[in-house]
Amino acid sequence: MLEAKDRQLLEQIQQGLPVCSRPYFEIGRLCDMSEAEVIERLSRLKAQGLIKRLGVIVKHRQLGYRANAMVVWNVPDNLIKQLGGHISQFSFVTLCYQRPRQPGWPHNLYCMIHGKDKATVLQQIEQLVAACGLNNFDQEILFSRRCFKQRGAVYQKTKPALADG
Amino acid sequence: MLSPLHKQLLNDYQRDFPLSSRPYQDIADTLGVTEAEVLSAFTELNADGFISRIGPVIPPNHIGVSTLVAMSVPEAQLQVVADKISAHPEVNHNYEREHQLNLWFVLIATDAEHLRQVIEAIELETSYPAIQLPLLDDFFIDLGFKLDLNNA
Repeated sequence: MLEAKDRQLLEQIQQGLPVCSRPYFEIGRLCDMSEAEVIERLSRLKAQGLIKRLGVIVKHRQLGYRANAMVVWNVPDNLIKQLGGHISQFSFVTLCYQRPRQPGWPHNLYCMIHGKDKATVLQQIEQLVAACGLNNFDQEILFSRRCFKQRGAVYQKTKPALADG
Repeated sequence: MLSPLHKQLLNDYQRDFPLSSRPYQDIADTLGVTEAEVLSAFTELNADGFISRIGPVIPPNHIGVSTLVAMSVPEAQLQVVADKISAHPEVNHNYEREHQLNLWFVLIATDAEHLRQVIEAIELETSYPAIQLPLLDDFFIDLGFKLDLNNA
C-alpha cells in the first residue's frame, strides 16, 4: 500500500502546503527529498487514488454555509451500496458513508449536506429522499451547532496538534 | 470581503492544485495576475479563516486508523467535555449536533491499539460512554465543493 516515504510526505503535506514560491521544495526540505521527488510522489499518489484531491480545503461555515446536516438512515445492508451510490450523485451532498449500527443507534447510512440555511437543506433532504426512495426507512437529521475543533489529521502519537483551525 | 481573485481561488483550486515547481505562478498565469497577488490572496484566505489549508484529501484508513465517535453529554457540561476531548491531538473534528447524542468527533490514531487507548482515556476523563462508528464503506468521490459566493 503506502511506502514509508509516501507516508512521511503525506503526513507533512497534510499540515498544509506552504504559501511561498516553491512550496514543494519546502515540503521536500522537511522530508529530506528533492522538489522533483515530492512532485513525482504526489502525482503518483493522486493517480493511484491514495490522494482523492489536492487543493484548497474550504471552511464552509466562514463562507456562509452555516447549515450543516448529517442525515442518517437505517437501510437494509443489501441495498446500501445502491442507495449510497445514488445519494452521492446529488451535488449538494458532500460525504456519504456506511457505518456500523450500535446499541441505541440503529443507523447505517450517513450523508452530509452543507447549505446556507436550514430551510434550503431541509428541502434538499426532501428531494433526496423522494428521488432515492428513502421514505420507508428510519431517518434522523442532525444539524450541527457549535464547532469545537476542525483541522487536518495528525497521525503521530507524539506530534503536537497544529492549530490551523 | 472577498475579491474576485479570492473567489476564483476558492472555487477553482479545490481539486487539481498544480503539481509543478512554481504552482502559485502557474495559477497566476492562468488567472492573468502575478504570483505575488496569488500568494497574498492565499495568505489572506488563511488569515481570515476562509480556508483550512491547501492540502490533500486522503481516503479514510489509508494512513492510520480512524473512527467517528458519538457521545451524549448534558448541555451544562458540553463545553467542558468538548474541550477535554479537543485537547487530544488525535481529535481533528469535534462538533455539537442537535440530538440526544449531541457531541460528535473524529479520532485518527496510528493503529488500532493507539485508537483503543485514546478512546479509553476519553471515557475515563469525561465519564461518558463513547459510541464508536468507524467507516465501513465510502460511497462518495470527493471532487470538492462548488461554492455560491455571490453574496460573500
